[in-house]
Amino acid sequence: MKMDRTIRFRLDGRDVEAREGETIWQVAKREGTLLPHLCHADEVGYEPDGNCRACMVQIEGERVLSASCIRQPTEGMVVQSKDDRSRDSRRMVMELLVADQPPRTRAHDDESHFWKMADAVEVTSSRFAARESSHVPPADLSHHAMAVHLDACIHCNLCVRACRDVQVNDVIGMAYRGAGAKIVFDFDDPMGASSCVSCGECVQACPTGALMESSLLDDKGIGALKADDHVESLCPYCGVGCQLTFHTKGNDIIAVDGRDGPANEQRLCVKGRFGFDYVSHPHRLTKPLIRLKGVLKNAEERLDPSNPLTHFREASWDEALDYAASGLLRLRDEAGVDALAGFGCAKGSNEEAYLFQKLVRTGFRNNHVDHCTRLCHASSVAALMETIGSGAVTAPVSDVAHADVAIVIGARPAQNHPVAATFIKNAAKKGTQLIVLDPRANELARYATHAVQFRAGTDVALLNAMINVIISEGLVDKQYVETHTQGFEEIKSHVADFSPEAMAPICEVDAEVIREMALLYGKADRAMIFWGMGVSQHVHGTDNARCLISLALLTGQVGRQGTGLHPLRGQNNVQGASDMGLIPMVFPDYQPVDDDDTRAFFEKKWGTSLNANKGLTVVEIMKAIYERSIKGLYIMGENPAMSDPDAHHAREALARLEHLVVQDIFLTETAYLADVILPASAFPEKTGSFTNTDRYVQLGRQAVSPPGEARHDWRIIQDLANRMELNWSYTDEGEIYEELRSCVPSMKGISWKRLQKEGWVVYPCDSEEAEGEFVIFGDGFPTESGRGRLVSADIVPPDEQPDEEYPLILTTGRLLEHWHTGSMTRRAGVLDAIEPRAFVHLSPKEMKRLRLAIGDSVALETRRGRIETHVREDRQIPEGMVFMPFCYEDAAVNKLTNDALDPFGKIAEVKYCAARLEKIK
Amino acid sequence: MVVMGHCRPMKTKTLKEGRKNMPQSMYVPYPKGRQADEASLKEVRSLLGAMPLRRDLLVEYLHRLQDSQRALFHRHLVALAEILRLPLAEVFEVASFYAHFDICADDATVPQITVRVCDSISCALRGASSLLAQAQKQWQNDDSVRVVAAPCMGRCDEAPVTVVGQHHLAHSTLADIKKTVSKKDIAPVVPSYRDFGVYRREGGYRLYEECVAGKHDPEQVIEQLGKANLRGKGGAGFPAAQKWKFVRAASKPRLMTINADEGEPGTFKDKYYMEKDIHRFLEGTLIAAWAVEAEAIYIYLRDEYPAIHRMLMKELTVVNTSLPSLPAIHVRRGAGAYICGEESAMIESIEGKRGLPRHKPPYISTVGLFGKPTLNQNVETVYWIRDIMEKGASWYASLGKDDFKGIHSFSVSGRVKNPGVKVAAAGITMNELLHEHCGGMEDGHEFKGYLPGGASGGVLPASMADIPLDFGQLEKHGCFLGSAAVVVFSDKDSVRDVVVNLLRFFEDESCGQCTPCRVGTEKAVALLEKNQWNAPLLTQLVSAMRDASICGLGQAAGNPIDCALRFFPQEVGIS
Repeated sequence: MKMDRTIRFRLDGRDVEAREGETIWQVAKREGTLLPHLCHADEVGYEPDGNCRACMVQIEGERVLSASCIRQPTEGMVVQSKDDRSRDSRRMVMELLVADQPPRTRAHDDESHFWKMADAVEVTSSRFAARESSHVPPADLSHHAMAVHLDACIHCNLCVRACRDVQVNDVIGMAYRGAGAKIVFDFDDPMGASSCVSCGECVQACPTGALMESSLLDDKGIGALKADDHVESLCPYCGVGCQLTFHTKGNDIIAVDGRDGPANEQRLCVKGRFGFDYVSHPHRLTKPLIRLKGVLKNAEERLDPSNPLTHFREASWDEALDYAASGLLRLRDEAGVDALAGFGCAKGSNEEAYLFQKLVRTGFRNNHVDHCTRLCHASSVAALMETIGSGAVTAPVSDVAHADVAIVIGARPAQNHPVAATFIKNAAKKGTQLIVLDPRANELARYATHAVQFRAGTDVALLNAMINVIISEGLVDKQYVETHTQGFEEIKSHVADFSPEAMAPICEVDAEVIREMALLYGKADRAMIFWGMGVSQHVHGTDNARCLISLALLTGQVGRQGTGLHPLRGQNNVQGASDMGLIPMVFPDYQPVDDDDTRAFFEKKWGTSLNANKGLTVVEIMKAIYERSIKGLYIMGENPAMSDPDAHHAREALARLEHLVVQDIFLTETAYLADVILPASAFPEKTGSFTNTDRYVQLGRQAVSPPGEARHDWRIIQDLANRMELNWSYTDEGEIYEELRSCVPSMKGISWKRLQKEGWVVYPCDSEEAEGEFVIFGDGFPTESGRGRLVSADIVPPDEQPDEEYPLILTTGRLLEHWHTGSMTRRAGVLDAIEPRAFVHLSPKEMKRLRLAIGDSVALETRRGRIETHVREDRQIPEGMVFMPFCYEDAAVNKLTNDALDPFGKIAEVKYCAARLEKIK
Repeated sequence: MVVMGHCRPMKTKTLKEGRKNMPQSMYVPYPKGRQADEASLKEVRSLLGAMPLRRDLLVEYLHRLQDSQRALFHRHLVALAEILRLPLAEVFEVASFYAHFDICADDATVPQITVRVCDSISCALRGASSLLAQAQKQWQNDDSVRVVAAPCMGRCDEAPVTVVGQHHLAHSTLADIKKTVSKKDIAPVVPSYRDFGVYRREGGYRLYEECVAGKHDPEQVIEQLGKANLRGKGGAGFPAAQKWKFVRAASKPRLMTINADEGEPGTFKDKYYMEKDIHRFLEGTLIAAWAVEAEAIYIYLRDEYPAIHRMLMKELTVVNTSLPSLPAIHVRRGAGAYICGEESAMIESIEGKRGLPRHKPPYISTVGLFGKPTLNQNVETVYWIRDIMEKGASWYASLGKDDFKGIHSFSVSGRVKNPGVKVAAAGITMNELLHEHCGGMEDGHEFKGYLPGGASGGVLPASMADIPLDFGQLEKHGCFLGSAAVVVFSDKDSVRDVVVNLLRFFEDESCGQCTPCRVGTEKAVALLEKNQWNAPLLTQLVSAMRDASICGLGQAAGNPIDCALRFFPQEVGIS
């Protein structure tokens, strides 16, 4: 450890000390003097810039004053901050800026940081005339969520730093010069027409209200809407787990700001910042609903989510719960315990997940409980469990800052984990060499040393070739391999045939490039690997992950800071939902259901006997339903009618159920087919713990009340449980949490009380005093031998290859603005306004070949179905491929995808199937 | 006449043409923002040719585009950004910073010829504003010719100056401009000069060869420069010897920059020396680079000197193949930004960025170009190295008057009979300079006052023309010598007009980074344009600008105001 050097200097006549790297401003603040600051944010991630000159101080012996925010003291320096000269100078700077501000009575934000500082130096009027009105930039109201009023801009540059240095979205610039200098988006384009990704970091950073949430402004641009409460909570969307503050007025959320959480450092993306109003959407379910007698279930039917009464009737909670529970009980008792199944939810809290699986295991008396992780990272988890004995990430995303090399493969974090992407881009800008492997061009490519678009579905060929180079070039960490792994000889002989030259024609990457990338990774002192659905959602998904794990094990890139394996988790609590046992083969904490000791533990804990048979997975359950062996299903929060591959089949299956209980906040495509619908609570309406992709257990706090009669999910589960004679009596979330904690040894040190106090703790954490382990597996793995297994992978082609009939490759995924099946985001005003329509994305060359123009209507067809949509030009798509997001219910691409399964992870190949495209009139 | 949006935001209506109001049926927003098209990518690639793709060459690439298209079209800038893997905003903010780049919409009409009329102080004294008005009127209905005002072109002894394309016209009249425009005579006129062969035959580069052959010791060379009292001729007057020592003490690799961005209104001596004997300047540069062991030299030449750029490129090709042990020598064109004469702003510009001065410390001798220790010298400073080494330190030192050491190359312009570069003893007074070197005042003009150091060096009355002109002598009067650009004005000239002209220049040339300078210069101009000046407010403003601006521009911009209040109160409505 480097010793911190202390610098002694004099400040305002007192001897003070600065730590190395500290500025005069920071020392002054610590010593009790808050010097005025405008361009210096004093927030995490923002470097001081010294341009506003509002914080000038006098340094003895220097001709001019110095900006305290950027100046570091030296030993013996004598600094004055309270003398007339520096005070006058600071006040003059404020007076110059006040001159050009809109009057405070008509301010965009009359409580802005700027006005607070003006108050602090007592300069609220100016002797200078305002600039000519022709020099005042006009308002730019082109963006759906943010208003740009540069009449209030003080050129502090914070939005540029927000956009460029912090989020690295690189849209905002300071263009022109002198008094004409101006904040611009791209080429001085309207914000709404620019490459802005709407993260809103600039709005959060702006000290004047020049950039603001437009929803807070009236039609004259005056800040009219002000919050009366602030609740510290979490973002409900992805696995990054951003901490945020809900600003509320009455029972409405009016704005969201990022908080300094471990995974986000105040950053948010467009969904987290602007995607919260789904909560108050008129489609919210507010009363329990029971299917009308005689209304048949039709898999193809589209209901109107604003009017469920065409197919359902309202019911009291008692009636609905009785109906729901009795239907399930009847099937269990008449058709046998295997007739029921449950789909839990990776958006729910740990407490909800725990109760849900407990209900299935004790009430349904089987293990047929699963959730959407099956469709995301099941293959990654299968490979991780097989090789290193644990499905969790080995290191947090933010550790990329310590990595010399980072590989991002089959992941598009700029869309799906936008805030994680910012940390990867930060690292790349500071020197981490980034290798981006993606058949589509990837936003991270701009920051990458290698951005390679390999042929879709040839991951194993590419990765085995890299392993081949690492072994043949002697880059194997021999000591690590000998101490911590097994299977080296097997993999060595296995990959001997996978030379870069042999693999180049398969994966369509030059052998030399494969070699370079392998050398880069192999020679790195510290290297990390990030991956996503592009790796996992294939019939060879587990093989893909095995190769990545082998790369890391062979080079010893696990278990140290700046190294590791990080499958980027999708849902906000997919890690937690898995930890809690929403998995058919395991109890909480991945303890096998077929292990007698484990079962004995849970039988004692739960006071009932437990089923020893492993349950079925999501896709298997759907098949069983289709085959009518499973007859009753309880779904909490999931939407398989949209998210499952070959959705026709999935919907057909759901329609065949004798009893379907859906607990959700909207009438989802799945709920169309329900027998009873239980109105649940949205994220901001509840309190609970959530575990992010980095293994941070974080607390989400209730900000608003559920609408109408909608209830907290844990209460609904308990109400059902009690109607199945389980006699639960939990009184709050904390009580549930403490029970689940007693089943999960790795969370031993994270009590509910601690969580409430600290807001988040990383697991594994073995005592209340411990910090928790950010990086795991520094000294071996939780496998039987304590070693990691090197498992060889063979080339397995995608299940369905393009042919004459279906010549294109169809791949699916998400858009930045829409989450998953769109049930939330398509009901979020801003998000749906930015991306309101379904498109199929094609390369310009492919469009030319097919004689298609932007916006043309087309039919996209596979062997499983046909949808109609429109064409969008997208230069990120390679020729021969089309991409379609799966969030649009009116063009549900999962009706087309292939449900062929990876044999280990049981995950479907939604990333690859054969398709054809046809222009329609 | 077409006025393209350059260096000023284009005037736009309320921007509602974004995505917000797009009809749903037309809604194809992704991919977001402007996209490169294949044709533009191809054009830009072919224009860049074999140039390496590096961030720091951005300004050079923009020059290529501007030179070939007479404008920077959006589509080309998008393509350039994609080729360089740069954000659109970064390309745009750099392109829009420099006055010589004209950013245009793809469908804009681009004029065939741009006429720039100098409106800085020396030309203003000689009728530039009416010439500009005449010229603008002349081509107001002609889309093929654009007439704009431009700052000092470094030809103040030939005022008023106009440049047609890159062809500079001395003592220009509308007739001259019309003739040049009609002939499309827009190429720079390269003066006859001493080329490599001539310079070499007369013993040139022998000294440099001796240096690299180990016949001289850098420490001794530095000692000589110290004894000669050679001080930086760019304006700050920092002793060269000391600077070299600092850089030699810093870690390797080290770099050297030559500041040939002489932009201070009234200054034209670097141009004079480069045209007079370009190899003497280059030899001095090479010796300096040798002495500090710099691995590369970057010559930052202002874009107002296109003829010198041609000379330099031509001669460097010869130098590069004829001399031993050369460091890499790069020439970078400025692009019309006074602020890039500030050394750290110049370094930013060489790195391909906007010319924003850096905060100091750290100084460039430790953290300079590309973060490396850097020796920066003015053209004239290195020009004297050969003479000092050949003739001896005491020769140079003895050239000063009385106790003063060395010489200054005064760029004299304004109301004198014989303007031009006057090499005179350090310590000479304005009166002596006027009468002994410049033939006195122009006929019919009475000496009223002078600018001792260009636009920023303050204004002194004729009654104070007996102060020795050297570093450290004028400061007590609120002035400084700077680059020794002396502008003389007469009883026919208004001090208020002079000061307003100077402050408008600073307002235009402020980089905009810090509040006191960006807003201060703008507010100052507004106050100065009033009949009666608000002395207390102006004084407070000037002192905050001096105390709180990041760089010398803002710190010194108020000097003329202070001087006018102090020495010419009756002229600015203060009794």
